[in-house]
Formats: sequence, C-alpha cells, structure tokens
Amino acid sequence: MDKKSPILDVQGLRKSFGGLEVLKGIDLAVHPQELVFIIGPSGSGKSTLLRCCNRLEEATSGSIWVDGVDVLSRSTDINRLRQRIGMVFQSFNLYPHMTALGNVTLALRKVLKLKRDEADRRGRAALDDVGLRDKVDAYPYQLSGGQQQRVAIARALALEPKIMLFDEPTSALDPELVGGVLNVMRAMRKSGMTMVVVSHEMRFAREAADRVIFMDQGEIVEEGRPAEIFGNAKHQRTRTFLQNVLAG
Amino acid sequence: MDQIVANFFDLEVMARYLPDILSGFVLTIYLAVAIVLFGLALGLALAVVRAFQIRPLNWLIVFFVDLFRALPPLVIMIIFYFALPYVGVELGGFVAAWLALGFVLAAFAEEIYWAGILSVDKGQWEAARSTGLPFFRTLRSVVLPQALRLTIPPLTNRTIAITKGTALASVVAVPEILSQATAAQAFAANTSPLTMGAIAYLILFAPLVTLSRWIETRFAWRR
Ligand SMILES: Nc1ncnc2c1ncn2[C@@H]1O[C@H](COP(=O)(O)OP(=O)(O)OP(=O)(O)O)[C@@H](O)[C@H]1O
Ligand SMILES: [Mg+2]
Repeated sequence: MDKKSPILDVQGLRKSFGGLEVLKGIDLAVHPQELVFIIGPSGSGKSTLLRCCNRLEEATSGSIWVDGVDVLSRSTDINRLRQRIGMVFQSFNLYPHMTALGNVTLALRKVLKLKRDEADRRGRAALDDVGLRDKVDAYPYQLSGGQQQRVAIARALALEPKIMLFDEPTSALDPELVGGVLNVMRAMRKSGMTMVVVSHEMRFAREAADRVIFMDQGEIVEEGRPAEIFGNAKHQRTRTFLQNVLAG
Repeated sequence: MDQIVANFFDLEVMARYLPDILSGFVLTIYLAVAIVLFGLALGLALAVVRAFQIRPLNWLIVFFVDLFRALPPLVIMIIFYFALPYVGVELGGFVAAWLALGFVLAAFAEEIYWAGILSVDKGQWEAARSTGLPFFRTLRSVVLPQALRLTIPPLTNRTIAITKGTALASVVAVPEILSQATAAQAFAANTSPLTMGAIAYLILFAPLVTLSRWIETRFAWRR
C-alpha cells in the first residue's frame, strides 16, 4: 500500500442521533490520489460519514484527521479546514441568485479574500475545467441538472481542496446527464485529486475506483479492490446488496 | 345634490384651508418615511440576531415581537405620549407616533424576515459553510438575498397597512393630514376639508399600492 500518510484518517468514528447510533466505529484511511467508493443500502450511514468529515455533522466520538489537521479539535479553525475539503451534494445546492461564476467565486472572494479580477480568473479556470466555459454568466435555473452539478464541482475545486467528498453526485440527474458529471470526475482523478465518492454508479466504481467500501447499518462490512468486491465478495450481506442494485 | 356639493366640495373653503392640509401632507410624509426606515431596519436587525439562536436574546425578541403585534397601535401611541411622561420620558407627539408605529412595523417585519430566512433550503447553508464561509457571511451573502426576495410582497403590504396608521397620530397632537382636516372642518363648519384630507391620503398611498403590485410581479421568483 501507499507509504505516504493518509489525507483523510478516520478512526473509531461513532455518531448517534438521539438514541439512534448510525455510525458504529468507522475506521477509514484515504491516501493521496486515491479514489475510494462507498456503497451500501439506504440509511447505512454513508452521508453521515461524509458529513462528519467536514463537521456538517458533529461526531459523537472517535477521531478524524484531514491533511494532518485534527477535525474534531476545538482549537481547529473549521472554516479554514473546510476550504481544504471540497463537498458535492446530491441536490447541487447552487446559489440561485448568483451566476455560475458568482457561485464559484463567492468563497474565493470572501474566504480566500482574493481581489475580484483574481477570483474571476480562477473561477473561469475552474468552470473551464468542468467544460462550462460558455456558461459563466448563466444563472442556475438556466442550466441543466448536469451542468448545475458541474458548477457545484467547480465551486469546490476552485478552492484547490486536498480532498473531494461526493455524496451521490449523480442520483438527482436524468440518465443522459450522468455521463458528463462522471467525465469531470474521471478528469479530476487523472489530475491526481483524492476523492471519496458515495454513489450507486457501479460501472463507474468498477472502472475508476481504487477501493470499494461496503457499509451496512453503520459499519464497514468489507472493502477491497473493485474486482474483489464485485466479483467475489466475502460477505453474504455485500452479495445480496449488489444483486439487488445490479438487478434494479 | 347641491347640498352634497356645498358640504363636500366648497371650493372657497377648500382654497382657504389648502395650506393647512398641505402642511399636514408634508408632515405625514416625514412621519411615514421615518416609520418605514426605522421599522424595516429594526425588524431586519432583530431577525438577524435571532438567526444566531442565542437563547436569552431569542426570548427577548419573541417577547418584543408578540407584544407589539398584540397591542393595538393606538394604545401604544397613547402610552408613549400620555403615560411615559409620568416616568420622566417626554417624547412629544411626533416621536411618540414614530416610535409606536415603528415598533409595530419592526415586530411584524421581524416575523416576515424570519419566516423568509427559515424558508431558505438547508442545503444552501450547507453548501456555503462547506466552502469555508463563516456563519454571518453565509447569512448575508447566500441566505438573506434569497429570503428578502420572498419577503418583499408581504412586507410591502404590511408596511402600507401600518403607515396608514399615521392618521392615528392626530390623537397625540401631531398636525398631520387628518388632524389638520378635522380642525379645519370645525372652524369652517363645513366638511370639505375632510374631502381634501381623503384626497391627500389617496395621493400619498395610491402610488404605494400600485408600486406594491408592481413589486409583487417583478419579484415573482424563478427557480
Ligand atoms: N439529522 C438527523 N437526525 C436524525 N436522524 C438522522 C439525521 N440524519 C440522518 N439520520 C439517520 O441516520 C441514518 C443514516 O443516514 P444517512 O443519511 O447517513 O444514510 P445514507 O447511507 O446516506 O442513506 P441514503 O443512501 O438513503 O442517502 C438514517 O437512519 C437516518 O434516518
Ligand atoms: Mg445519503
């Protein structure tokens, strides 16, 4: 395995909502340039795991380190840390009152404090990277779902994060728009981005993932290379899940 | 018919009292503008403070809002003008009317802004915070612009309704349109000044009502 220290290092992570424990001791290390795929049935805690990593959700116990910074420490400047963790949501969450460029440059100007023209330059470059050079001035309602998701990716990428977290980035898209988003993710992987992807795009996982993790009921049941998980999973739970997904 | 004309449209009486009505008109505009600026600004400030979810402050805000929404504006005005002097606070009629209606507008406006803030999708907060934007910056640059758009129609209606309450200020000796008109009517023993008062109110508020219609269509919001 990779000798370099992990970008994301999760140990013994537990999370409860009230009396309901939805993460029951998760250990996960993601190394530089790795693409880790997380699969699992609805309610297994995939989103919660991602959201704990940038503290959109407060972990109950355990430890999370991102790029050598203790995420859960009280002395950590969470806003600085979040710049280094890009997050992409199922529902895009673009700001509807801003153009594509406005969406991408808001954090550049208000968080990184770049001057407007420098922010615009970087914002345009990020939109160019996701193939939306000609949509910089479009408002979200003027864009297709796939284009909106690519703007959302550019918004995260423009901050030059160390790691990108994707929570079902293509689940809200019409089938014919999925490919465009996956192409962007392929290009990111090629350029060396470290990525954690929660998704049901099994074909994409097979082709692009370094590792596939199967979660069920708040635990990691098993993990391995895509060929191992898809071809010959050790656990019955994994096989049942895959049968259901691939059949449906 | 002649009687109606003589009583409601006596041109000689109208000409004599036109200056009084005009001065009432100007004063009413001052009062209305002061109420709107103060009420909308205070309401927004309260809603923003409320967004920080600091328990004791929230209780205070909710108490203020419910109090000023529950009391009739005339009662508040009279308390400010007639009762506060007993505790050493002399406000004067204009200030009493201004603060009374300003607080009422602030209370209603706070509720409207707050509902607007709550109606913005949680995903907007999460997306902004995940890029490192701090809480207040997210509120200001991402949430409020969307919230305010939704609040403009109800806010305009509420503002017009409360600003019309400037007529109540006649009770606390503010020489605004209505008090000028009733005084003139008593002097002249003729109701034509009231006609002029009504026309003055129309001139003042009809454009506002039209404006609010325009605003409602203008800000109907594409998603
Ligand atoms: N804010 C919350 N309050 C209470 N319970 C929650 C909250 N968020 C998630 N849960 C619960 O935690 C469990 C895990 O949810 P999570 O969203 O992480 O699952 P998931 O694996 O992402 O599922 P899906 O594939 O449907 O997105 C679920 O039982 C869910 O109901
Ligand atoms: Mg989920």
